Amino acid sequence: MSTVTREALPGRPGPPLWLLLELTYRCPLHCVFCYNPTDFSHVGAELDTAEWLRVLREARALGAVQLGLSGGEPLVRDDLAIIVAEAHRLGFYTNLTTSGIGLTEQRLAALRDAGLDHIQLSFQDSTRQMNDFLSSTRTFELKSKVAALIKKYRYPMVLNVVIHRLNIDHVEDILAMAERMGAEYVELANTQYYGWAWLNRAQLLPSREQLRRAEESTRRFRERLGSRMRIFFVVPDYFETRPKPCMKGLGRIFLAISPDGVALPCHAARMLPGLAFPSVREASIGSIWYDSPAFNRYRGEGWMKEPCRSCPERSADFGGCRCQAYLLTGAAANADPVCNLSPHRHLVTRIVAQAEAGENREQALIFRDHRAPPGAG
Amino acid sequence: MMEGLSETSRPAIGHGFRLQWESAQDAHVLLYPEGMVKLNPSAAAILTRCDGARTVTDIITDLERSYSAEGLDKDVLAFVRLALERNWLELRP
Ligand code: SF4
Ligand code: SF4
Repeated sequence: MSTVTREALPGRPGPPLWLLLELTYRCPLHCVFCYNPTDFSHVGAELDTAEWLRVLREARALGAVQLGLSGGEPLVRDDLAIIVAEAHRLGFYTNLTTSGIGLTEQRLAALRDAGLDHIQLSFQDSTRQMNDFLSSTRTFELKSKVAALIKKYRYPMVLNVVIHRLNIDHVEDILAMAERMGAEYVELANTQYYGWAWLNRAQLLPSREQLRRAEESTRRFRERLGSRMRIFFVVPDYFETRPKPCMKGLGRIFLAISPDGVALPCHAARMLPGLAFPSVREASIGSIWYDSPAFNRYRGEGWMKEPCRSCPERSADFGGCRCQAYLLTGAAANADPVCNLSPHRHLVTRIVAQAEAGENREQALIFRDHRAPPGAG
Repeated sequence: MMEGLSETSRPAIGHGFRLQWESAQDAHVLLYPEGMVKLNPSAAAILTRCDGARTVTDIITDLERSYSAEGLDKDVLAFVRLALERNWLELRP
């Protein structure tokens, strides 16, 4: 028995086991840390129902089995239950990520009847909303109602909160709220610095001291609540010395489809230069996954440069994140600069030091909006 | 729940888990939120029989018959115990 780590067969890559459909970029919220691309209002029209169903069928035929449904807010699509039903019929395990806005009992019942397997209630909150949640009973009650609904329909209550400099000092309150809400799993995920979050990085990266205190609060809750509420705390990788194994290797397991049908090997990859990401409007999932240059570009190890090329870690971390390498060093094929073997590590160290010193924070926060910010992209 | 395990228990696939055959992987897999375990043939042989109706004894007898083997009880019980710990299985009254 082995967990899912698929050895890349020489020659033919394995199937896209994990399919993520970003059904829409529309979202009632405006998060500062949204990882959606900063020019999202310029992307083409959303796929229609028939197109999404075709994507499901083709991906399933290749062997895709885990399905993520996200956005934006996927509940703004009124065909969500139709998509879930078809996915279920095909044999996908279906996971929905939602802010809960628009999740009425009627809709939840329809989704459950359609075969929805799992829900993650995500605090895709703007700072303002987080403040509301922590200070206003009304917002808290709204979220609690959704949480109660989720439990009533026998789903585990999974809460995901994105953590950053502006809310990390409230981890204690956030966990207390989660406990009152009856959450069974809480993921405190630190912001990943792509898209909107990259623009706001100076304001969003916490200091080491803030991190330490947040981890300390987390530890106390863990001790008190044990398995009643499991808490996962994900440290921003800028504070690590080795990078994350991005997507377990680009083009190896994970396939994301954007609202307009553009296929990506990771949610953020659209920013990578020189790659023409194919659209499901023009090509089959099979040809996109196996044959397109964009999916083959960072597959395997052939693209690597030193120090990754000869590093024994390369089959475990795949050289880290291509988007991070590109954003910080200007070349996507460089080692992820988080790595302490990277000649560019000093760039990450400098950002962390600036966060410590509180530099660059006078710049106003850029909220996700329909106008792309000046100089973005 | 573990203390409750006996030869008359009726194990079933745990709530939130799903067992199915994946031809692309040439294996049975167990699916759960955002994850998957690929099962080896003996794990699959046991889990596919855990339907909440058959008792552990029924399952052992059936396996011994299907595989023309004897004395599988210890291995099956050990695996069922492990699967209960991981919530892959739950016991039905
Ligand atoms: S040099 Fe490259 S492969 Fe080696 S640990 Fe660093 S990022 Fe990973
Ligand atoms: S390339 Fe980077 S941004 Fe994209 S999934 Fe990997 S870690 Fe995330």
